[in-house]
Amino acid sequence: MNVTTDKIIETVGLTVAFGSGATSTTAVNDVSFFLDRGEAFGLIGESGCGKSTILRALAGLNPDYSGSILSGNKEVGHRRDKAFFRRVQMVFQDPYASLHPRKMVQNVLLESLIIHGFDNHQKRISAALDAVGLGSAFRYRYPHELSGGQRQRVAIARALIIEPEILLLDEPTSALDVSVQAEILNLLKTLRRERGLTYLMVTHDLAVVTHLCERIAIMHSGRILEEMTVERIRAGEVKEEYSRNFLAASIGYKPMEYAS
Amino acid sequence: MTDKIIDNSAPLPTTIGEWLRAPVPTSPFQARTQQLWLKWWRLRSNASALFGLCVILAILAVAIFAPLLATHDIFEQNLAQRLMRPSAIHWLGTDELGRDIYSRLLFGARITLYIACLTAIIVAPIGLLIGTSAGYIGGWVDIVLMRIVDIFLAFPSLILALAFVAALGPGIQNAIIAISLASWPPIARLARAETLTIRKSDYISAIRLQGASPLRIILGHIVPMCMSSVVVRVTLNMAAIILTAAGLGFLGLGAQPPSPEWGTMLSSGREFMLTNWWIAAIPGCAILLTSLAFNLLGDGLRDVLDPRNG
Amino acid sequence: MAEPLLRVENLNVNFHTAQRVNHAVRGISFSIGREKVGIVGESGSGKSLTGRSVLKLTAKAAKVTADRMSFDGIDLLEASERQMRTIRGNRISMIMQDPKFSLNPLMRVGHQIMEAYRLHHRATVKIAREKALAMLEAVHIRNPDRVFQLLPHEVSGGMGQRIMIAMMLIPEPDLIIADEPTSALDVTVRRQVLSILDELITRRNAGLMFISHDLNLVADFCDRVLVMYAGRIMEDLPASELHNAKHPYTQALLESLPRIDRPVDMLQIPTRDAAWLNGPVLKSGEWV
Repeated sequence: MNVTTDKIIETVGLTVAFGSGATSTTAVNDVSFFLDRGEAFGLIGESGCGKSTILRALAGLNPDYSGSILSGNKEVGHRRDKAFFRRVQMVFQDPYASLHPRKMVQNVLLESLIIHGFDNHQKRISAALDAVGLGSAFRYRYPHELSGGQRQRVAIARALIIEPEILLLDEPTSALDVSVQAEILNLLKTLRRERGLTYLMVTHDLAVVTHLCERIAIMHSGRILEEMTVERIRAGEVKEEYSRNFLAASIGYKPMEYAS
Repeated sequence: MTDKIIDNSAPLPTTIGEWLRAPVPTSPFQARTQQLWLKWWRLRSNASALFGLCVILAILAVAIFAPLLATHDIFEQNLAQRLMRPSAIHWLGTDELGRDIYSRLLFGARITLYIACLTAIIVAPIGLLIGTSAGYIGGWVDIVLMRIVDIFLAFPSLILALAFVAALGPGIQNAIIAISLASWPPIARLARAETLTIRKSDYISAIRLQGASPLRIILGHIVPMCMSSVVVRVTLNMAAIILTAAGLGFLGLGAQPPSPEWGTMLSSGREFMLTNWWIAAIPGCAILLTSLAFNLLGDGLRDVLDPRNG
Repeated sequence: MAEPLLRVENLNVNFHTAQRVNHAVRGISFSIGREKVGIVGESGSGKSLTGRSVLKLTAKAAKVTADRMSFDGIDLLEASERQMRTIRGNRISMIMQDPKFSLNPLMRVGHQIMEAYRLHHRATVKIAREKALAMLEAVHIRNPDRVFQLLPHEVSGGMGQRIMIAMMLIPEPDLIIADEPTSALDVTVRRQVLSILDELITRRNAGLMFISHDLNLVADFCDRVLVMYAGRIMEDLPASELHNAKHPYTQALLESLPRIDRPVDMLQIPTRDAAWLNGPVLKSGEWV
């Protein structure tokens, strides 16, 4: 790996706990990782391993964390400002839940532009819709008139219209059919290439993460077990027992033997 | 399904029906109208809601055209013709002062609708704003606002309205203020409950990540989602408002005689109930019909506007 | 050849909505013996609807017609609602996607399993309890006495799905319809749950209709696969042959999956041919 100092995002000892006192549970425990500018980094693990919690803490949706989050070698505050959101955007897992049911596609995109004080609204909206392959015909549509894949494209357009540097992807294809998943993955790959975006992707699907990311961290019960390049995952070179099981289970179904 | 590329060069719609059903709306106005059209479609298939709507529209028309439809002066007393049964001259009979009940009923519709609508207009925004703010901001704002709501809810609304009217003095305006004060808390409660579920949803997280301020989120994103259930609730409340207004009138604390308010009419007819039933029964039926119509419409609107139905 | 367990011929399901009629399942025929049959397809392909039609559990707006729909000699088309009630659960049972929504949240899981047994067998509480505990053991729950007393929110997803399987299999049905039974589960848990399902079905010699969107899983788990597209069965083939599928739709679906062992720059996006809507389909490798 080449050593660069251009860490666009870094977490140091990130810990997130829910509840307090005896009932508190630590969802994320002392997690440190970084993203170089322009790379795609994947966090993979099963439900409850803390991967989504990390993403929400990074995005600023959960300000109650300890440890620090650095952006461009500067620590960011627990309450994020507009300038942060201008640089970091997120795409959610469920495209059926992440679009306001009563807002037209055009208004969804327009609002982001107004909040961040952009000009040339109409031109930018058209450009954003074209970039995600929807075209202007979708401008005056409501979310319930769109398919899952189309909605996810709108969500991606909303994230990209204010030209961020980093895209946080929370299982962006897990609610979609395989053919639509292929479309969205291709779109994400193309957009990253064209705009030099940095991706942080969270998923439980090994095949998806190896397709999109170059560097992958396997998480288990709130910790990063190991971090490796995609080539090593493909070759099956993992150190931890859990990672090996996870890899085996991700490939297909093989009956399990029970010692009874 | 794949994302189909829709042909934009389709021929321009020539009729309103085509314009309403066009698969690709070309303006925001057309898109919104299409949505309304769909809702109307759904409402139309609900017979009882449609009946309610028709009755309300009829009452509204009656109220507007009361001077044209009335056969007599509503304040003119004619003691010679007091307590007449319904006849060709006095279609619904006369009251104890010989006034024409039919004409008074028409003008009474104006007062009833005036009270109901004004109350709704006052109550809905207050309830919405307080409920959504409490739900979205949370913390001590929520605690303070909801305890106030609890205090208001602890009293039966008619008693509360009575107390206000007693303090402010009788009259229609004061009745409206009193009824409004008594009926915003349930709406605030409803809006808060809706907000609590909405605030956790991804689309609110998404707009927060766009950097939107809390005010923008509440007004632009949460209020529109609460709106439909509030509209339904207010429509259903209309019946209660009408009854409360009539109740206040009946008790002599709302509209004052000789105003033809239905509750007041009912109240004055009470003495003659056993001998001259129509004096009390006719305004009573009008109150019943109007509240029923609002209830039916409210039920139908719930089916149409519920966000869970898309 | 002996009569298969379930035989469906020319099944059609129509939805009547305000504006139009939606033809969701279009004239499909298939049969299921005492084997594991996977039905794969994308959302909207009609796969779940097919499973529900067999049990007559479709919504009121759906109109189901077929030339024939028979289960073990019983004509399901003619069966009354009362007959259907004795068939459902007892002879054919259904496992849903998410145990969270299928279990009664206010009832201890052990009692729910007991009830499932007592609905179809006249048995004392004591016997039903023993049966339920035995069943929990059969789905490899380590501490059945403890789990018996738990409420549904106290169990994990994988455990919940195992409880569902226990509940659905305790009346010893001949056919099990599993609608995406493992999509809500993690990959490592998925394997466990499928092993249990596999074991129980094999041991009891029952049939399984396994509805899923996951082609790789179905290829490994099932004996036979039906690939559905737009309400039709495009291809009916042995699971081991899935990766050599002949129908362009099946091939395209397989191509669109990212694969760990074979990196590609861009994934293939399936193109859809309007001819597939009415064109010939494949049955055991032959175009018909």
